[in-house]
Amino acid sequence: MEMGQYLEIFIEETKEHLNNMNQCLLRLEKNPRDGAALNEIFRAAHTLKGMSATMGFNKMSGLTHEMEDVLQALRSGGLNSGSNLADLLFKCLDALESILNNIVETGDEGSGEYIHIIALLKDFAGRRIAAGEAEKDHDGGSSRETTGDICAGHPTAVLQINQYEQNVINKAIEAKMNAFQITVVLNKGCLLKSARAFIVFQTLERKSEIIKSVPAVEDIEDEKFDNEFTVVVLSREDEESFKKDLYAVSEVEEVIVVPLLTVYYTDKKDNFESPEYKKGLDGTETGKAESDDAEEAEDEFAKVESVAKKSKTGKTVRVDISRLDVLLNLVSELIIQKSRLDGLEGIEKTKDYVETLEYLERITTSLHDAVMKVRMVPVESVFNRFPRMIRDISRDIGKEIVLNMSGEETELDRTVIDEIGEPLIHLLRNAADHGIESAEKRKELGKPPAGQINLRAYQDGSSVVIEVEDDGQGIDIEKVKRKAIEKGLIDDDAAGSLSKKDVIDFLFLPSFSTAETVTGLSGRGVGLDVVKTKIESLGGNVEIETAYGKGSRFIIRLPLTLAIIQALLVRIGEEKYAIQISSVNQIIKVFPDEIKTVNKQEVILLRNEVIPIIRLEKALKVQKEEKLRKKLTIVIVRKGERLTGFVVDDVICQQEIVQKPLGKLLSGVKTVTSATILGDGSVALILDANSLAV
Amino acid sequence: MAAVTATGTRQFLVFRLDDEEFGVDIRKITTIVEKSMSITRVPNTPDFIKGVINLRGEIIPVIDSRIKFGMPPVSYEEDARIIIIKLEDIIAGIIVEQVAEVIELNEENIENAANIGGSLSMDYISGIGKADGRIVTILNLEKLISLNN
Repeated sequence: MEMGQYLEIFIEETKEHLNNMNQCLLRLEKNPRDGAALNEIFRAAHTLKGMSATMGFNKMSGLTHEMEDVLQALRSGGLNSGSNLADLLFKCLDALESILNNIVETGDEGSGEYIHIIALLKDFAGRRIAAGEAEKDHDGGSSRETTGDICAGHPTAVLQINQYEQNVINKAIEAKMNAFQITVVLNKGCLLKSARAFIVFQTLERKSEIIKSVPAVEDIEDEKFDNEFTVVVLSREDEESFKKDLYAVSEVEEVIVVPLLTVYYTDKKDNFESPEYKKGLDGTETGKAESDDAEEAEDEFAKVESVAKKSKTGKTVRVDISRLDVLLNLVSELIIQKSRLDGLEGIEKTKDYVETLEYLERITTSLHDAVMKVRMVPVESVFNRFPRMIRDISRDIGKEIVLNMSGEETELDRTVIDEIGEPLIHLLRNAADHGIESAEKRKELGKPPAGQINLRAYQDGSSVVIEVEDDGQGIDIEKVKRKAIEKGLIDDDAAGSLSKKDVIDFLFLPSFSTAETVTGLSGRGVGLDVVKTKIESLGGNVEIETAYGKGSRFIIRLPLTLAIIQALLVRIGEEKYAIQISSVNQIIKVFPDEIKTVNKQEVILLRNEVIPIIRLEKALKVQKEEKLRKKLTIVIVRKGERLTGFVVDDVICQQEIVQKPLGKLLSGVKTVTSATILGDGSVALILDANSLAV
Repeated sequence: MAAVTATGTRQFLVFRLDDEEFGVDIRKITTIVEKSMSITRVPNTPDFIKGVINLRGEIIPVIDSRIKFGMPPVSYEEDARIIIIKLEDIIAGIIVEQVAEVIELNEENIENAANIGGSLSMDYISGIGKADGRIVTILNLEKLISLNN
C-alpha cells in the first residue's frame, strides 16, 4: 500500500486543518456568537476525524470524535460554555498537534493516552444531552432538530428553519440569489446510502452553499437515515439545473425542490435557542436582538459569497521543496555560464553575437526572477501561529495583551521563512514578559489596560522589514549601563561617553539580562544574542529603538532574495572575496597616514564622521607579502546605522554572483557566510560584512 | 557495484599515507577527483581543513588527511587524489597521497582496534583489516569528518 505518499498528504492537510481550527477557535473565543467560526471548526474536526480514521490513526480519530460531539452540542445550542470550554478545546488542538508530531517523527501516534482530556470532553458533551432531554420535556415547540423525526415519510415537509438561518436566506434573496429546500429520495434498494448521499452533497456544493441539512451531515455519513434527506441551499442556479444535476446521480429516485422565500420575524421571541444558549457562550444574559442576528447573517452570507468566489480562483499545486531547489540550482548554473560567455576572450563579437547575448541576459534574469518568486512565501505562514501564542502567554502571565498584525502578505524566501519563526517568537515573548507592564502599573501610568504589541511586515527597497513594537516600559538605558559596568564589560569613564545605541548593543551580548527574575519565558539573557546571530546568518540585521516608559521597537531587516546577489569582488593578497553590494556604502582611497588610532581602534575621518577601520588581511589571516602601497583602498560597509571601513588590496569589479552554501561541515564558520563560483571556475568566499564590522 | 556481497563482505578503498595503508568504506564514497584543482582557503577554520573546492558547481570542504592525523605535511604530487565522501547530510573531500585499490574484507578479517597502540587517535579507527598479508586501518568516517581535533 502506498501509505508513504498518502502519509505526506495527510500530514500537510492535517496541519492546515489544525491551523484553521486554531484561528477559528480564537475568533469564537472573542465572539461566541460567531456561527461561521463554529461551523468551520466543526467541519474541520469532522474532516480530520475521517482522514485519521482512514489512515488508521485511531487515537487522533477518537479524540477528534469527542471534540466533534462537544462542537455539535455547541452548534445545536444545548450547551452553556465559558472560557473553560475554550481552554479545553485549545488543549485538544495541542494534543492533536502532538500526536501529529509523533506521526511525523516516528510514523505512529505515540504513547500519549489523553484520557483526561477525553473525560472532560465527554463531560461537556454529556451535559448537552441532559439539557437536550430536559428541553424536549418542557418545550415541545423547540425547533432543534432531532434526527430523522422531522422529515420522515413526508417528502415535502417544510423544514423547521430557525430565525438565524432565515436571515441568511433573506440576505441571499436580497442579493438576487436563490434559496431552495431540496429533498432527495434514494432508491429503496440503494446499498451504500452514505456514499450516494456524499455524491449528492458534492454535486450540490459545486454550485451552491449548503446551509442546513436534515438529518445532520454526520448522521447522513453514519447512514442514520432511511432513504431520504433534505437540504437547504443558496445558489445562483435555478430549480431546473438542480433537478438535472441531481437526477444525473445514480440511485436517486426523486428530487423535490421547493423555493424558499424571504420571511421576516417581527417578534423577538427566540424560537430556536434553549434558555441556556440565549445566555451566550460567555455566560452573560443577553437577549438576542434582531440586529445581532442580521449582522451574523451578513457574515454568514458574506462567507457564502466568498466561498463561491474562492472556488474559482486559487488553483494551487503542491510541489516538493527539493524539486524547487533543483530548479533554482539549474537557473543559478545558467547564470554562471552566461557570465562566462560574457567574459570569454578571443571571440569575434559580431552584432548578432552581442544581440543574442543581451537577449540571453534578459531571459536569464526573467527566469531567475520567476524561480525566486516561486520560492517566496507570505510571512503569514509564520505569523499565523502568533495570535494563539500571545493568547496563551497573556493568560499564563496574567496580563491583558493585544496583538496587532499587519503586512502578513509580505513575502520572504522560503528558507528565510523557516528560520525567522524562532527569533520572532522570542521577541514577542520578550515584549509580553518584560515590555508590557502589569495591569496595575499601566493604570498608574495612565496607559490603556491592555498592552499592545504590534507586529508589522513590509518591504523597504531591497529588504523586507519586520517590526515588533510594544507600548510597554521601554528599555532603561541607565540600568543597562550599570549592568555592563557590573559585568566588567566597560568601566565608569568609558560608560559616560557611550551613545544610546552603544548601550543597547550590550543587550545583544550572550548572558546579558537586566531582568530581576527569570521567568519561564525569558530573563536568562540567552535570547537576544541568539536572535541577533540567527538574523545575521540570514543576511539581515536587527536594531532596537526604545523610549523609557513608552515602549520599544525591534526592527529586523532581511534581504529580499537569497541566492543570487549583486556583489563587490575584492582582492586581498592572492585571494578573492565577495561583499554583498547591499552592504556597501561607498569605496574610497586614502593615504596610509589618514588612518588614525583612537582607543586602540584604527579609524578614519570621513566627512566629519569617525569610521572604524578593519584591515581584512589581518581579520582573515591572509598570507601575503607586505607591500607598501601609496594609497589604500577602503570599502565602507553599512550595518544598520553604522559604518565600518574594510581595507582591501583592490576592488576587482561589481558582479552578480550566485550564493552557494558552504555545506554543513563549515556552516558555523564566522566571517564567511557562503561561497560563490566565479566565471573562471574558481571559488570566492562571500564575507559576512555584519560579523566583521565593528 | 554491490557494496555488500552475498557472503557478507564489505568493500574498502585503500589509500596510502607514508607507508601505512588506510581503508574507507566504499559505500560512503561518491567520487574521486584529481587534486589538480585549486583549493580556496577558508579563514577561521582548523588547519586540517585545507579549504573548499568547486566540484561541478557544488562547494565541497576538503580535509588534509596528513594534517588531521598529525603527520608532517608533504607536498602532494600528481598521484594525489581527493576522495569525496558523503555521510548523511555532510559532504567532504579527503586529500590523500595515493589511491591504491578496492579490496574486499570479510567481517571476520576485521579486528577490533582497541588493543593496538600508536599515534593515531583511536577514535578515527573503526577496525584493522587483514587481507593478503596486508594490514589496512579501517577509518571511522563519522569521526574523521568533523570539526573537532
